[in-house]
Amino acid sequence: MAQTVFEPWNDPDQEPLIQFRNVTKRFGDFTAIDNLSLDIFEREFFALLGPSGCGKTTMMRMLAGFEGVSEGAIYLSGKDIAPVPPNKRAVNMMFQSYALFPHLSVWDNIAFGLKRDRLPKKAIGDRVSEMLQLTRLEKFAHRKPHQISGGQRQRVALARSLAKAPKLLLLDEPLGALDKKLRQDTQFELMDIQEKTGTTFVIVTHDQEEAMTVASRVAVMDEGRLIQVDTPAQIYESPNSLYVADFIGDVNIIEGHAKKSGDGYDITFAEGQPVLHAKTSRDLGSAGKCYLAIRPEKVTVSAEKPEGRTNLVKGTILDIAYLGNLSTYHVKLASGQIIKAQTANTRRIARRDLTWEDEVWLSWTETAAVVLEV
Amino acid sequence: MRRLTWFNATSLTLGFAFLYIPMLILIIFSFNASKLVMVWAGFSTRWYGELLQNEAFLSAAWTTLKVAVASSTIATVLGTMAAYVLIRGGRFWGRTLFSGMIYAPLVMPEVITGLSLLLLFIGIGLDRGVLTIVLAHTTFSMCFVSVVVSSRLVSFDRSLEEAALDLGSTPFEAFRLVTLPIIAPAVISGWLLAFTLSLDDLVIASFTSGPSATTLPIKIFSSIRLGVSPEINALSTILILIVTIGVLTASLVSKRSSLKMQADERAAVRN
Ligand SMILES: Nc1ncnc2c1ncn2[C@@H]1O[C@H](COP(=O)(O)OP(=O)(O)OP(=O)(O)O)[C@@H](O)[C@H]1O
Ligand SMILES: [Mg+2]
Repeated sequence: MAQTVFEPWNDPDQEPLIQFRNVTKRFGDFTAIDNLSLDIFEREFFALLGPSGCGKTTMMRMLAGFEGVSEGAIYLSGKDIAPVPPNKRAVNMMFQSYALFPHLSVWDNIAFGLKRDRLPKKAIGDRVSEMLQLTRLEKFAHRKPHQISGGQRQRVALARSLAKAPKLLLLDEPLGALDKKLRQDTQFELMDIQEKTGTTFVIVTHDQEEAMTVASRVAVMDEGRLIQVDTPAQIYESPNSLYVADFIGDVNIIEGHAKKSGDGYDITFAEGQPVLHAKTSRDLGSAGKCYLAIRPEKVTVSAEKPEGRTNLVKGTILDIAYLGNLSTYHVKLASGQIIKAQTANTRRIARRDLTWEDEVWLSWTETAAVVLEV
Repeated sequence: MRRLTWFNATSLTLGFAFLYIPMLILIIFSFNASKLVMVWAGFSTRWYGELLQNEAFLSAAWTTLKVAVASSTIATVLGTMAAYVLIRGGRFWGRTLFSGMIYAPLVMPEVITGLSLLLLFIGIGLDRGVLTIVLAHTTFSMCFVSVVVSSRLVSFDRSLEEAALDLGSTPFEAFRLVTLPIIAPAVISGWLLAFTLSLDDLVIASFTSGPSATTLPIKIFSSIRLGVSPEINALSTILILIVTIGVLTASLVSKRSSLKMQADERAAVRN
């Protein structure tokens, strides 16, 4: 069987499931969503990432039908959804606040949507049991929402929104209150559901690791605008701006001056430091001030000067953070910059030979760093 | 807990004495054997017995009860609907006017309400009787229901209704299955309030009642003018008992369930 890569966004013949066309949403004179255009495709697991108040929930609420758009339009399967009321949309939402019905038991909360579809009793019972099992809530089926814990409530909200197996599922921070283990299990559970049912997921999360694990694509938002929409790997490996680089994962940012050279740029960043080189197909326009972003795990630390490396700087170890599987070295250069370098601890006691105040060499390849415009 | 000081104890006693001594006297004298109201002639339940023989009183009591049940029920339905529209309707044209007009009867002198209703009934040629009293009581008590219910709706978390809509219920189903069960305590106390208001209304009822139907307060009032009889004392004692029980139940019910509901809601909605 030919394994085809799932990349509908690169296929011009694919019709998107959801289209935001120049959508603007204002609350009074505050602009929550600012002229935003976005395509989300069927079977995608689309993650919205961004700081608090950037408009993630607002986008969800517009899709679910609780907020209208101020300008522009949203299309679902090619149809403008503006005139469709929330209860007629094949969309279910898990609320950030859960919004569980306080007067109904866990069982009845999950069954609520199924009952509205006038399904036979047996089918409802089966589906609810399935959902209870999935979210490991069997024991709490007959409790009221106020009689269970915060994490359990979150799972009830998740089960309730999953129960109807909608075409589009909106999850507003679905796993925030779960412990790490349960969260990972549920993430895989979600991906599994997605494989099986072909549901399209739009998920809001504050946890970038989660976005990286589950998402087919990630949108990084800021103040109602999309900064970058790309696969998790692309977002991580080649962020398009300082904002994205800084927002996702740990990163070293070096400020400097770029000059076109060969297939990339030469970057001078401090008096007395060697010129760095970064390979890129990106065009910075007129050469000048730039940022160089390097992930700590791409920086190699060595006690002896390595041979044949393009980018090589020297410094002293300021601090070592031992994280179990990883160690992070904070290295101070003579010119004052602090660069973080991360190594995997494959040996039992990591890198005995390096310790505080040691002089070390930091090096990275010419493709490891990303040049960013100011 | 702080202990009662001499001053607090005195003012408490005086206050309660002021409130309850008249009623106490009434209750004591309802058990008076003598026909003379203010002369104590020993304990007896004779007047209670005679009361039960009094057709006029009994039929007035029956009318009052019918009117109170009917008018408070209609008022509860209308008042709840009005409150819902005012709180949930968003900004529609004339909203401010509507909300102002709903609360106006709260401060309107009863005489004016009564008189205007009387003129209306005469104008449209409606014979005064049970129906007109029910209509009149509905009119003035629905705004009380509306106040009680809307204060509950204000603190009601809107996302619960949104969740119901999201799961495919129609707006009416969302109201019936989610909103109503949660605000039920407020609706019930609204009903009880309307019920007691109707039960002891004299002014509006005397404008809108006719020869075919008399309510108890009117009956009592008119017989007082012929002199206080021990029978009235007995009747009033029974009324005090009924009202006391009603008020106590109402406040207990609404307090307990609203506390519980609020706890439920807080628990269900994070933060
Ligand atoms: N009904 C409203 N009226 C006025 N402003 C609103 C309303 N709803 C949201 N906003 C504003 O719009 C902005 C975006 O809100 P939104 O809830 O979408 O943020 P968010 O990205 O979900 O944040 P968080 O991660 O904290 O949940 C915020 O600044 C918020 O204050
Ligand atoms: Mg939010």
